[in-house]
Amino acid sequence: MDALVNKRIAQVIKGDQNAFVEIVELYQHRLYQICYRMLGNKHEAEDIAQEAFMRAYVNLHTFDQNRKFSTWLYRIATNLCIDRIRKKKPDYHLDAEVRGAEGLNMYSSIANDDQLPEDELVKMEVQERVQYEISRLPDKYRAAIVLKYIEELPLAEISEILDLPLGTVKTRIHRGREALRKQLSNL
Amino acid sequence: MKTCPDYIVQYMNDYLDGDLEPSEERVLKENLATCQDCQQIYHELTKTIAFVRSASQIEAPKGFAEATMRKLPKQNQRSGAQRWFKQHPLLTAAAIFFVMMSAALFTDFNDDQQFSFTKQPNVIVEGNTVIVPEGEVVTGDIKVRNGDLRVDGELHGNVTVVNGQYMASSGVITGEVEEIDQVFEWLWYSIKNGFKDAASIFSNEEALVND
Repeated sequence: MDALVNKRIAQVIKGDQNAFVEIVELYQHRLYQICYRMLGNKHEAEDIAQEAFMRAYVNLHTFDQNRKFSTWLYRIATNLCIDRIRKKKPDYHLDAEVRGAEGLNMYSSIANDDQLPEDELVKMEVQERVQYEISRLPDKYRAAIVLKYIEELPLAEISEILDLPLGTVKTRIHRGREALRKQLSNL
Repeated sequence: MKTCPDYIVQYMNDYLDGDLEPSEERVLKENLATCQDCQQIYHELTKTIAFVRSASQIEAPKGFAEATMRKLPKQNQRSGAQRWFKQHPLLTAAAIFFVMMSAALFTDFNDDQQFSFTKQPNVIVEGNTVIVPEGEVVTGDIKVRNGDLRVDGELHGNVTVVNGQYMASSGVITGEVEEIDQVFEWLWYSIKNGFKDAASIFSNEEALVND
């Protein structure tokens, strides 16, 4: 598969834009899934996944073909997701000031950083609940957990995608797992 | 409540990552056999992992690839044309040839709207008519553009009249007579001559080689 991908990459670099469609088709589902699990929102996931493909396209000449393309692509996507998550943070501060007024609507529309009431959780379907719990993780643990348990990638590859030493990746997975365990203790 | 050392939880995590040494694994197993709290934690951790893994695989929405391709920055026109040229070198060469050829031919034709003729001794000109007078002998070809030719004497050579008339008379012409009136005939004539020239270059080369 890598040989085919590298062939398509060479064609794209030569100027054949259409060769890129095969690359998109090959990775679209996995890339979209990473974005969706990171962001918890379909529109944002689509937006960021497309942005990731676009950046890959524009910077394709910088990709080292001795490496794994998926690693490089996932790295672009996770970085974009983390940026997006961080950009949303100031909303919470704004929100804190107006809490108690119509802030409640705003709060629920942004994200689920704080705990929903118990009876709400019980009503959730399993799939919804998984996504909800993942989205409550701090973003640095979230990326590691998604790559490890949803993408089922080896630790060495996760370390390359996140550009972190292997030890740090392990720590993040441990902490992410631990955080999830506590979140789920009432399950 | 919890009395077990912290490294037990670390061992659990390492075990779940498949990173635990056999000796450490023994310690962990002994611990889990005796400590209910640790058992509980371990159980919750495995349950957590199973829970996250139960997340269904999600696919990109329909039409995602097409939409992504549409969003890619467009290659500009110039590079598109350049690529076409690169991919079709033969057609490119042919196209350039025809463009330059026709340009040359048409400028030739248009430049030649004025009366002109091949200078030969013994020839006289009256208005737009070139005359080989009676009793004179001209050796060589005569080409007249935008004018007429009348031969009363003798002409040893070919005659070409472009946009004019060759007036038959009592004169003697030993070569061919050709009258060209229209643009396309002119084109055809130029092309023919081009080939003749090219052919003569080749035959000259052959001649040189033979020498």
